[in-house]
Amino acid sequence: MSTIASTVLLASSDCSATNSHAGTNCGFEAPSVTDFNLKAIFHIGSIGFYKPELLALISAGLVVWFFWAAFSKPKLVPRGIQNLGEMGYLFIRDQIARPMIGKTGDRFVPFLLGLFFFIWVMNLMEIIPVAQVPVTAFIAFPASLMLMVYITYWYQAIKNQGFFGFLKNVVPTGVPWPVLIILVPVEWLRVLVIQPFTLMVRLFANMFAGHLLLATFTIATWYLASATFSLIFAAGSAVMVVVLTAFEMLIQALQAYIFTMLTAQYVGEGVQAAH
Amino acid sequence: MAHVTILADSSVNLGNPILPEWPELIIGVIAFAIVFYFLYTKLLPNIRKTLDERTEAIEGGLQQAEAAQAEAAQVKADAQAQLAELRHSTADIRAKAQADGAALVEAARTEANAQKEAIIASAHTQLEADRNSAVNVLKADLGKLATELADKIVGERAQDAALQERIVDRFLDELDAKLGASQKVG
Repeated sequence: MSTIASTVLLASSDCSATNSHAGTNCGFEAPSVTDFNLKAIFHIGSIGFYKPELLALISAGLVVWFFWAAFSKPKLVPRGIQNLGEMGYLFIRDQIARPMIGKTGDRFVPFLLGLFFFIWVMNLMEIIPVAQVPVTAFIAFPASLMLMVYITYWYQAIKNQGFFGFLKNVVPTGVPWPVLIILVPVEWLRVLVIQPFTLMVRLFANMFAGHLLLATFTIATWYLASATFSLIFAAGSAVMVVVLTAFEMLIQALQAYIFTMLTAQYVGEGVQAAH
Repeated sequence: MAHVTILADSSVNLGNPILPEWPELIIGVIAFAIVFYFLYTKLLPNIRKTLDERTEAIEGGLQQAEAAQAEAAQVKADAQAQLAELRHSTADIRAKAQADGAALVEAARTEANAQKEAIIASAHTQLEADRNSAVNVLKADLGKLATELADKIVGERAQDAALQERIVDRFLDELDAKLGASQKVG
Protein backbone atom coordinates (compact mmCIF):
# COMPACT_ATOMS: atom_id res chain seq x y z
CA MET A 1 0.00 0.00 0.00
CA SER A 2 1.43 3.35 -1.03
CA THR A 3 2.04 6.20 1.35
CA ILE A 4 -0.51 8.38 -0.43
CA ALA A 5 -3.19 5.76 -0.17
CA SER A 6 -2.37 5.26 3.49
CA THR A 7 -2.62 9.00 4.10
CA VAL A 8 -5.99 9.12 2.37
CA LEU A 9 -7.19 6.14 4.33
CA LEU A 10 -5.93 7.57 7.60
CA ALA A 11 -7.71 10.82 6.85
CA SER A 12 -11.07 9.16 6.93
CA SER A 13 -11.26 6.70 9.77
CA ASP A 14 -14.47 4.91 8.64
CA CYS A 15 -13.10 3.80 5.27
CA SER A 16 -13.16 0.05 4.61
CA ALA A 17 -13.81 -2.25 1.68
CA THR A 18 -17.48 -2.35 2.60
CA ASN A 19 -18.21 1.37 2.57
CA SER A 20 -15.73 2.85 0.13
CA HIS A 21 -17.13 3.97 -3.18
CA ALA A 22 -15.82 5.98 -6.10
CA GLY A 23 -16.43 9.69 -5.47
CA THR A 24 -16.18 9.45 -1.70
CA ASN A 25 -13.12 10.32 0.31
CA CYS A 26 -12.15 6.68 0.49
CA GLY A 27 -9.75 5.38 -2.11
CA PHE A 28 -9.99 1.98 -3.85
CA GLU A 29 -8.44 -0.61 -1.59
CA ALA A 30 -7.15 -3.34 -3.88
CA PRO A 31 -6.89 -6.85 -2.45
CA SER A 32 -3.37 -7.85 -1.51
CA VAL A 33 -1.48 -10.66 0.18
CA THR A 34 -2.67 -9.29 3.49
CA ASP A 35 -6.13 -10.58 2.57
CA PHE A 36 -4.80 -14.00 3.42
CA ASN A 37 -4.07 -12.88 6.98
CA LEU A 38 -7.27 -13.87 8.71
CA LYS A 39 -8.60 -13.58 12.22
CA ALA A 40 -8.53 -16.76 14.19
CA ILE A 41 -11.84 -18.47 14.84
CA PHE A 42 -10.63 -19.57 18.27
CA HIS A 43 -7.39 -20.23 20.12
CA ILE A 44 -5.99 -23.29 21.80
CA GLY A 45 -3.29 -21.82 24.00
CA SER A 46 -1.25 -19.64 21.70
CA ILE A 47 -2.18 -21.55 18.55
CA GLY A 48 -5.05 -20.10 16.56
CA PHE A 49 -7.58 -22.06 14.55
CA TYR A 50 -8.16 -20.42 11.19
CA LYS A 51 -10.75 -20.56 8.43
CA PRO A 52 -8.62 -22.56 5.93
CA GLU A 53 -8.07 -25.23 8.56
CA LEU A 54 -11.81 -25.47 9.14
CA LEU A 55 -12.41 -25.59 5.38
CA ALA A 56 -9.76 -28.31 4.95
CA LEU A 57 -11.53 -30.48 7.50
CA ILE A 58 -14.90 -29.76 5.87
CA SER A 59 -13.42 -30.67 2.47
CA ALA A 60 -12.12 -33.96 3.85
CA GLY A 61 -15.55 -34.58 5.33
CA LEU A 62 -17.26 -33.85 2.02
CA VAL A 63 -15.00 -36.22 0.11
CA VAL A 64 -15.53 -38.98 2.67
CA TRP A 65 -19.29 -38.31 2.69
CA PHE A 66 -19.48 -38.48 -1.10
CA PHE A 67 -17.58 -41.74 -1.41
CA TRP A 68 -19.37 -43.18 1.59
CA ALA A 69 -22.70 -42.46 -0.09
CA ALA A 70 -21.41 -43.91 -3.35
CA PHE A 71 -19.45 -46.97 -2.22
CA SER A 72 -20.52 -48.02 1.28
CA LYS A 73 -23.19 -50.37 -0.05
CA PRO A 74 -22.30 -50.84 -3.70
CA LYS A 75 -24.87 -52.47 -5.97
CA LEU A 76 -24.11 -54.72 -8.90
CA VAL A 77 -26.36 -52.52 -11.00
CA PRO A 78 -25.28 -48.99 -10.04
CA ARG A 79 -27.80 -46.29 -9.25
CA GLY A 80 -27.46 -42.53 -8.80
CA ILE A 81 -24.46 -41.42 -6.78
CA GLN A 82 -22.72 -44.77 -7.21
CA ASN A 83 -22.51 -44.06 -10.94
CA LEU A 84 -20.75 -40.77 -10.23
CA GLY A 85 -18.37 -42.39 -7.77
CA GLU A 86 -17.56 -45.14 -10.24
CA MET A 87 -16.87 -42.55 -12.93
CA GLY A 88 -14.36 -40.90 -10.58
CA TYR A 89 -12.82 -44.21 -9.59
CA LEU A 90 -12.48 -45.46 -13.16
CA PHE A 91 -11.14 -42.09 -14.31
CA ILE A 92 -8.34 -42.20 -11.75
CA ARG A 93 -7.64 -45.88 -12.34
CA ASP A 94 -7.77 -45.98 -16.14
CA GLN A 95 -6.63 -42.48 -17.08
CA ILE A 96 -4.02 -41.81 -14.39
CA ALA A 97 -2.89 -44.81 -12.30
CA ARG A 98 -2.55 -47.47 -14.99
CA PRO A 99 -0.99 -45.38 -17.78
CA MET A 100 1.44 -43.55 -15.44
CA ILE A 101 2.44 -46.34 -13.05
CA GLY A 102 1.76 -49.49 -15.03
CA LYS A 103 0.83 -52.93 -13.76
CA THR A 104 1.12 -52.04 -10.09
CA GLY A 105 -0.87 -48.84 -10.62
CA ASP A 106 -4.03 -50.23 -9.02
CA ARG A 107 -2.28 -50.25 -5.62
CA PHE A 108 -2.00 -46.46 -5.71
CA VAL A 109 -5.59 -45.74 -6.75
CA PRO A 110 -6.78 -44.93 -3.18
CA PHE A 111 -3.92 -42.46 -2.75
CA LEU A 112 -4.46 -40.80 -6.13
CA LEU A 113 -8.25 -40.77 -5.83
CA GLY A 114 -8.00 -39.21 -2.38
CA LEU A 115 -5.53 -36.60 -3.63
CA PHE A 116 -7.62 -35.65 -6.65
CA PHE A 117 -10.94 -35.24 -4.89
CA PHE A 118 -9.49 -33.68 -1.73
CA ILE A 119 -7.61 -31.07 -3.77
CA TRP A 120 -10.58 -30.45 -6.03
CA VAL A 121 -12.96 -29.84 -3.15
CA MET A 122 -10.42 -27.60 -1.39
CA ASN A 123 -10.09 -25.63 -4.63
CA LEU A 124 -13.88 -25.47 -5.03
CA MET A 125 -14.05 -23.60 -1.73
CA GLU A 126 -12.89 -20.60 -3.78
CA ILE A 127 -16.33 -20.15 -5.32
CA ILE A 128 -18.58 -21.62 -2.66
CA PRO A 129 -20.42 -18.77 -0.90
CA VAL A 130 -19.34 -18.07 2.69
CA ALA A 131 -16.22 -20.22 2.26
CA GLN A 132 -15.02 -18.14 -0.69
CA VAL A 133 -11.35 -18.85 -0.36
CA PRO A 134 -9.46 -21.81 -1.83
CA VAL A 135 -7.85 -23.80 0.95
CA THR A 136 -4.94 -24.57 -1.36
CA ALA A 137 -4.13 -20.83 -1.56
CA PHE A 138 -2.60 -21.30 1.90
CA ILE A 139 0.74 -22.85 1.10
CA ALA A 140 0.76 -25.18 4.09
CA PHE A 141 -1.94 -27.35 2.49
CA PRO A 142 -0.20 -27.92 -0.84
CA ALA A 143 2.97 -28.40 1.23
CA SER A 144 1.38 -31.10 3.38
CA LEU A 145 0.15 -32.95 0.30
CA MET A 146 3.52 -32.53 -1.38
CA LEU A 147 5.26 -34.03 1.67
CA MET A 148 3.08 -37.13 1.47
CA VAL A 149 3.72 -37.46 -2.24
CA TYR A 150 7.45 -36.97 -1.68
CA ILE A 151 7.57 -39.62 1.00
CA THR A 152 5.52 -42.01 -1.13
CA TYR A 153 7.64 -41.77 -4.23
CA TRP A 154 10.96 -41.88 -2.41
CA TYR A 155 9.73 -44.87 -0.41
CA GLN A 156 8.80 -46.63 -3.63
CA ALA A 157 12.09 -45.63 -5.26
CA ILE A 158 14.23 -46.92 -2.39
CA LYS A 159 12.16 -50.10 -2.02
CA ASN A 160 12.26 -50.97 -5.71
CA GLN A 161 15.58 -49.56 -6.90
CA GLY A 162 17.58 -48.62 -3.80
CA PHE A 163 18.58 -45.05 -2.99
CA PHE A 164 21.67 -45.03 -5.20
CA GLY A 165 20.04 -47.24 -7.78
CA PHE A 166 17.29 -44.67 -8.14
CA LEU A 167 19.77 -41.82 -8.42
CA LYS A 168 21.59 -43.83 -11.07
CA ASN A 169 18.39 -44.70 -12.92
CA VAL A 170 17.09 -41.15 -13.15
CA VAL A 171 20.09 -40.18 -15.25
CA PRO A 172 19.47 -40.94 -18.93
CA THR A 173 21.80 -43.48 -20.46
CA GLY A 174 23.63 -43.16 -23.76
CA VAL A 175 24.69 -39.60 -23.12
CA PRO A 176 28.29 -38.46 -23.90
CA TRP A 177 30.25 -38.11 -20.65
CA PRO A 178 30.88 -34.33 -20.83
CA VAL A 179 27.13 -33.79 -20.87
CA LEU A 180 26.79 -35.86 -17.72
CA ILE A 181 28.68 -33.18 -15.83
CA ILE A 182 25.65 -30.95 -16.22
CA LEU A 183 22.98 -33.62 -16.50
CA VAL A 184 23.70 -35.54 -13.29
CA PRO A 185 23.31 -32.57 -10.92
CA VAL A 186 20.25 -31.39 -12.82
CA GLU A 187 18.52 -34.77 -12.67
CA TRP A 188 19.39 -35.25 -8.99
CA LEU A 189 18.21 -31.77 -8.21
CA ARG A 190 15.00 -32.58 -10.11
CA VAL A 191 14.04 -35.64 -8.09
CA LEU A 192 15.26 -34.26 -4.79
CA VAL A 193 14.07 -30.64 -4.87
CA ILE A 194 12.53 -29.31 -8.06
CA GLN A 195 9.79 -31.90 -8.54
CA PRO A 196 8.28 -31.60 -5.06
CA PHE A 197 8.78 -27.86 -4.93
CA THR A 198 7.08 -27.16 -8.27
CA LEU A 199 4.31 -29.60 -7.43
CA MET A 200 3.52 -27.58 -4.33
CA VAL A 201 4.02 -24.09 -5.77
CA ARG A 202 2.04 -24.72 -8.97
CA LEU A 203 -1.09 -25.57 -7.03
CA PHE A 204 -0.58 -22.85 -4.43
CA ALA A 205 0.19 -20.06 -6.89
CA ASN A 206 -2.68 -20.86 -9.22
CA MET A 207 -5.26 -20.82 -6.47
CA PHE A 208 -3.69 -17.82 -4.72
CA ALA A 209 -3.74 -15.79 -7.93
CA GLY A 210 -7.23 -16.96 -8.79
CA HIS A 211 -8.55 -15.81 -5.45
CA LEU A 212 -6.93 -12.38 -5.81
CA LEU A 213 -8.34 -12.06 -9.32
CA LEU A 214 -11.89 -12.82 -8.18
CA ALA A 215 -11.48 -10.57 -5.12
CA THR A 216 -10.19 -7.68 -7.24
CA PHE A 217 -13.17 -7.70 -9.59
CA THR A 218 -15.66 -8.29 -6.80
CA ILE A 219 -14.34 -5.38 -4.75
CA ALA A 220 -14.10 -3.20 -7.85
CA THR A 221 -17.75 -3.92 -8.64
CA TRP A 222 -18.73 -2.78 -5.20
CA TYR A 223 -16.39 0.23 -5.28
CA LEU A 224 -17.69 1.46 -8.66
CA ALA A 225 -21.36 0.82 -7.86
CA SER A 226 -22.43 4.40 -7.13
CA ALA A 227 -24.98 6.68 -8.71
CA THR A 228 -22.54 8.11 -11.22
CA PHE A 229 -21.18 7.29 -14.62
CA SER A 230 -18.89 4.70 -12.99
CA LEU A 231 -21.91 2.40 -12.70
CA ILE A 232 -21.19 1.19 -16.22
CA PHE A 233 -17.71 0.08 -15.10
CA ALA A 234 -19.30 -1.64 -12.11
CA ALA A 235 -21.48 -3.62 -14.51
CA GLY A 236 -18.45 -4.57 -16.62
CA SER A 237 -16.63 -5.61 -13.49
CA ALA A 238 -19.59 -7.73 -12.37
CA VAL A 239 -19.60 -9.53 -15.72
CA MET A 240 -15.89 -10.21 -15.24
CA VAL A 241 -16.63 -11.77 -11.85
CA VAL A 242 -19.04 -14.22 -13.48
CA VAL A 243 -16.69 -15.03 -16.34
CA LEU A 244 -13.72 -15.49 -14.02
CA THR A 245 -15.77 -17.69 -11.69
CA ALA A 246 -16.43 -20.02 -14.61
CA PHE A 247 -12.76 -19.82 -15.55
CA GLU A 248 -11.72 -20.60 -11.99
CA MET A 249 -13.96 -23.67 -11.96
CA LEU A 250 -11.93 -24.96 -14.87
CA ILE A 251 -8.66 -24.10 -13.15
CA GLN A 252 -9.75 -25.81 -9.93
CA ALA A 253 -10.40 -29.12 -11.65
CA LEU A 254 -7.36 -28.75 -13.87
CA GLN A 255 -4.97 -28.08 -10.99
CA ALA A 256 -6.33 -31.06 -9.05
CA TYR A 257 -5.84 -33.18 -12.17
CA ILE A 258 -2.31 -31.91 -12.81
CA PHE A 259 -1.28 -32.51 -9.20
CA THR A 260 -2.65 -36.06 -9.29
CA MET A 261 -1.19 -36.78 -12.71
CA LEU A 262 2.30 -35.62 -11.71
CA THR A 263 2.09 -37.54 -8.45
CA ALA A 264 1.32 -40.68 -10.44
CA GLN A 265 4.24 -39.94 -12.73
CA TYR A 266 6.66 -39.49 -9.81
CA VAL A 267 5.41 -42.61 -8.09
CA GLY A 268 5.67 -44.48 -11.38
CA GLU A 269 9.27 -43.36 -11.70
CA GLY A 270 9.93 -44.65 -8.23
CA VAL A 271 8.28 -48.02 -8.89
CA GLN A 272 10.23 -48.71 -12.05
CA ALA A 273 13.19 -47.13 -13.75
CA ALA A 274 11.55 -45.05 -16.46
CA HIS A 275 14.47 -44.16 -18.69
CA MET B 1 -5.90 1.48 7.66
CA ALA B 2 -6.13 -2.27 7.42
CA HIS B 3 -2.47 -2.47 8.32
CA VAL B 4 -2.93 -0.50 11.45
CA THR B 5 -5.76 -2.69 12.72
CA ILE B 6 -4.00 -5.89 11.75
CA LEU B 7 -0.85 -4.89 13.60
CA ALA B 8 -2.88 -4.03 16.62
CA ASP B 9 -4.81 -7.31 16.69
CA SER B 10 -2.72 -10.16 18.06
CA SER B 11 -5.23 -12.81 16.97
CA VAL B 12 -4.62 -12.17 13.28
CA ASN B 13 -2.30 -14.55 11.50
CA LEU B 14 0.60 -12.47 10.22
CA GLY B 15 2.34 -15.25 8.35
CA ASN B 16 4.15 -14.80 5.10
CA PRO B 17 1.94 -16.31 2.38
CA ILE B 18 4.79 -18.37 0.95
CA LEU B 19 5.82 -19.90 4.26
CA PRO B 20 3.72 -22.80 5.55
CA GLU B 21 2.22 -22.53 9.02
CA TRP B 22 2.89 -25.55 11.20
CA PRO B 23 -0.68 -26.01 12.47
CA GLU B 24 -2.03 -25.79 8.94
CA LEU B 25 0.54 -28.30 7.75
CA ILE B 26 -0.49 -30.75 10.46
CA ILE B 27 -4.20 -30.26 9.82
CA GLY B 28 -3.60 -30.72 6.09
CA VAL B 29 -1.93 -34.07 6.77
CA ILE B 30 -4.70 -35.11 9.18
CA ALA B 31 -7.47 -34.13 6.75
CA PHE B 32 -5.89 -36.09 3.93
CA ALA B 33 -5.25 -39.01 6.25
CA ILE B 34 -8.98 -39.12 7.06
CA VAL B 35 -9.87 -39.20 3.38
CA PHE B 36 -7.22 -41.81 2.63
CA TYR B 37 -8.20 -43.99 5.58
CA PHE B 38 -11.83 -44.37 4.49
CA LEU B 39 -10.98 -44.85 0.84
CA TYR B 40 -8.20 -47.36 1.51
CA THR B 41 -9.76 -49.49 4.23
CA LYS B 42 -13.38 -49.74 3.17
CA LEU B 43 -14.74 -47.79 0.26
CA LEU B 44 -12.39 -48.64 -2.58
CA PRO B 45 -12.10 -52.36 -1.72
CA ASN B 46 -15.91 -52.33 -1.75
CA ILE B 47 -16.20 -50.89 -5.19
CA ARG B 48 -13.34 -52.98 -6.58
CA LYS B 49 -15.13 -56.11 -5.38
CA THR B 50 -18.40 -54.89 -6.89
CA LEU B 51 -16.76 -54.13 -10.23
CA ASP B 52 -15.16 -57.60 -10.28
CA GLU B 53 -18.50 -59.18 -9.42
CA ARG B 54 -20.16 -57.18 -12.16
CA THR B 55 -17.59 -58.38 -14.69
CA GLU B 56 -18.19 -61.95 -13.55
CA ALA B 57 -21.94 -61.47 -13.70
CA ILE B 58 -21.73 -60.14 -17.22
CA GLU B 59 -19.45 -62.96 -18.34
CA GLY B 60 -21.64 -65.52 -16.57
CA GLY B 61 -24.72 -63.97 -18.15
CA LEU B 62 -23.16 -64.26 -21.59
CA GLN B 63 -22.27 -67.90 -21.01
CA GLN B 64 -25.76 -68.62 -19.74
CA ALA B 65 -27.23 -66.93 -22.78
CA GLU B 66 -25.05 -69.05 -25.04
CA ALA B 67 -26.10 -72.24 -23.23
CA ALA B 68 -29.74 -71.23 -23.42
CA GLN B 69 -29.38 -70.53 -27.12
CA ALA B 70 -27.81 -73.93 -27.74
CA GLU B 71 -30.56 -75.60 -25.73
CA ALA B 72 -33.23 -73.73 -27.66
CA ALA B 73 -31.67 -74.82 -30.95
CA GLN B 74 -31.61 -78.43 -29.72
CA VAL B 75 -35.26 -78.26 -28.65
CA LYS B 76 -36.21 -76.76 -31.99
CA ALA B 77 -34.42 -79.52 -33.91
CA ASP B 78 -36.13 -82.17 -31.75
CA ALA B 79 -39.52 -80.60 -32.30
CA GLN B 80 -38.96 -80.45 -36.04
CA ALA B 81 -37.93 -84.12 -36.14
CA GLN B 82 -40.99 -85.06 -34.12
CA LEU B 83 -43.18 -83.00 -36.40
CA ALA B 84 -41.80 -84.70 -39.49
CA GLU B 85 -42.36 -88.11 -37.92
CA LEU B 86 -45.91 -87.17 -36.98
CA ARG B 87 -46.60 -85.92 -40.48
CA HIS B 88 -45.35 -89.21 -41.84
CA SER B 89 -47.50 -91.31 -39.53
CA THR B 90 -50.52 -89.09 -40.14
CA ALA B 91 -50.24 -89.73 -43.85
CA ASP B 92 -50.04 -93.47 -43.18
CA ILE B 93 -53.10 -93.37 -40.94
CA ARG B 94 -55.04 -91.36 -43.48
CA ALA B 95 -54.18 -93.77 -46.30
CA LYS B 96 -55.14 -96.76 -44.16
CA ALA B 97 -58.41 -95.10 -43.13
CA GLN B 98 -59.22 -94.39 -46.77
CA ALA B 99 -58.53 -98.01 -47.71
CA ASP B 100 -60.59 -99.29 -44.76
CA GLY B 101 -63.45 -96.98 -45.65
CA ALA B 102 -63.46 -98.13 -49.27
CA ALA B 103 -63.43 -101.78 -48.17
CA LEU B 104 -66.32 -101.17 -45.77
CA VAL B 105 -68.34 -99.40 -48.45
CA GLU B 106 -67.64 -102.25 -50.87
CA ALA B 107 -68.67 -104.90 -48.34
CA ALA B 108 -71.86 -103.04 -47.49
CA ARG B 109 -72.69 -102.66 -51.13
CA THR B 110 -72.13 -106.37 -51.81
CA GLU B 111 -74.30 -107.39 -48.87
CA ALA B 112 -77.03 -104.96 -49.89
CA ASN B 113 -77.00 -106.40 -53.38
CA ALA B 114 -77.19 -109.94 -52.05
CA GLN B 115 -80.10 -109.01 -49.78
CA LYS B 116 -81.81 -107.26 -52.67
CA GLU B 117 -81.44 -110.38 -54.85
CA ALA B 118 -82.72 -112.58 -52.06
CA ILE B 119 -85.74 -110.34 -51.44
CA ILE B 120 -86.51 -110.24 -55.18
CA ALA B 121 -86.13 -114.00 -55.48
CA SER B 122 -88.39 -114.72 -52.51
CA ALA B 123 -90.96 -112.27 -53.86
CA HIS B 124 -90.88 -114.03 -57.23
CA THR B 125 -91.34 -117.41 -55.57
CA GLN B 126 -94.22 -116.15 -53.46
CA LEU B 127 -95.81 -114.53 -56.49
CA GLU B 128 -95.47 -117.74 -58.44
CA ALA B 129 -96.99 -119.81 -55.64
CA ASP B 130 -99.85 -117.37 -55.22
CA ARG B 131 -100.48 -117.36 -58.90
CA ASN B 132 -100.39 -121.15 -59.06
CA SER B 133 -102.82 -121.58 -56.20
CA ALA B 134 -105.10 -118.95 -57.71
CA VAL B 135 -104.92 -120.71 -61.07
CA ASN B 136 -105.69 -124.05 -59.42
CA VAL B 137 -108.68 -122.63 -57.54
CA LEU B 138 -109.89 -120.90 -60.65
CA LYS B 139 -109.35 -124.07 -62.68
CA ALA B 140 -111.47 -126.08 -60.26
CA ASP B 141 -114.16 -123.40 -60.07
CA LEU B 142 -114.14 -122.89 -63.81
CA GLY B 143 -114.31 -126.68 -64.46
CA LYS B 144 -117.30 -126.95 -62.13
CA LEU B 145 -119.00 -123.97 -63.70
CA ALA B 146 -118.26 -125.22 -67.20
CA THR B 147 -119.56 -128.68 -66.34
CA GLU B 148 -122.72 -127.26 -64.89
CA LEU B 149 -123.06 -125.08 -67.90
CA ALA B 150 -122.43 -128.00 -70.23
CA ASP B 151 -124.96 -130.11 -68.27
CA LYS B 152 -127.50 -127.50 -68.67
CA ILE B 153 -126.77 -126.93 -72.33
CA VAL B 154 -126.28 -130.54 -73.40
CA GLY B 155 -128.66 -132.02 -70.88
CA GLU B 156 -126.62 -134.99 -70.53
CA ARG B 157 -124.96 -135.69 -67.32
CA ALA B 158 -121.44 -136.52 -67.73
CA GLN B 159 -121.20 -139.32 -65.31
CA ASP B 160 -117.92 -140.59 -66.29
CA ALA B 161 -115.27 -138.79 -64.22
CA ALA B 162 -112.56 -139.62 -66.72
CA LEU B 163 -114.49 -138.16 -69.53
CA GLN B 164 -115.37 -135.16 -67.49
CA GLU B 165 -111.72 -134.57 -66.71
CA ARG B 166 -110.75 -134.88 -70.33
CA ILE B 167 -113.40 -132.42 -71.40
CA VAL B 168 -112.33 -129.90 -68.74
CA ASP B 169 -108.68 -130.24 -69.66
CA ARG B 170 -109.42 -129.76 -73.35
CA PHE B 171 -111.44 -126.72 -72.52
CA LEU B 172 -108.77 -125.29 -70.31
CA ASP B 173 -106.15 -125.85 -72.94
CA GLU B 174 -108.22 -123.96 -75.40
CA LEU B 175 -108.79 -121.27 -72.80
CA ASP B 176 -105.08 -121.12 -72.10
CA ALA B 177 -104.39 -120.78 -75.76
CA LYS B 178 -106.86 -117.98 -76.04
CA LEU B 179 -105.55 -116.24 -72.92
CA GLY B 180 -101.99 -116.66 -74.12
CA ALA B 181 -102.91 -115.06 -77.43
CA SER B 182 -104.71 -112.18 -75.77
CA GLN B 183 -101.79 -111.68 -73.32
CA LYS B 184 -99.33 -111.49 -76.20
CA VAL B 185 -101.53 -109.01 -77.96
CA GLY B 186 -102.14 -107.10 -74.72
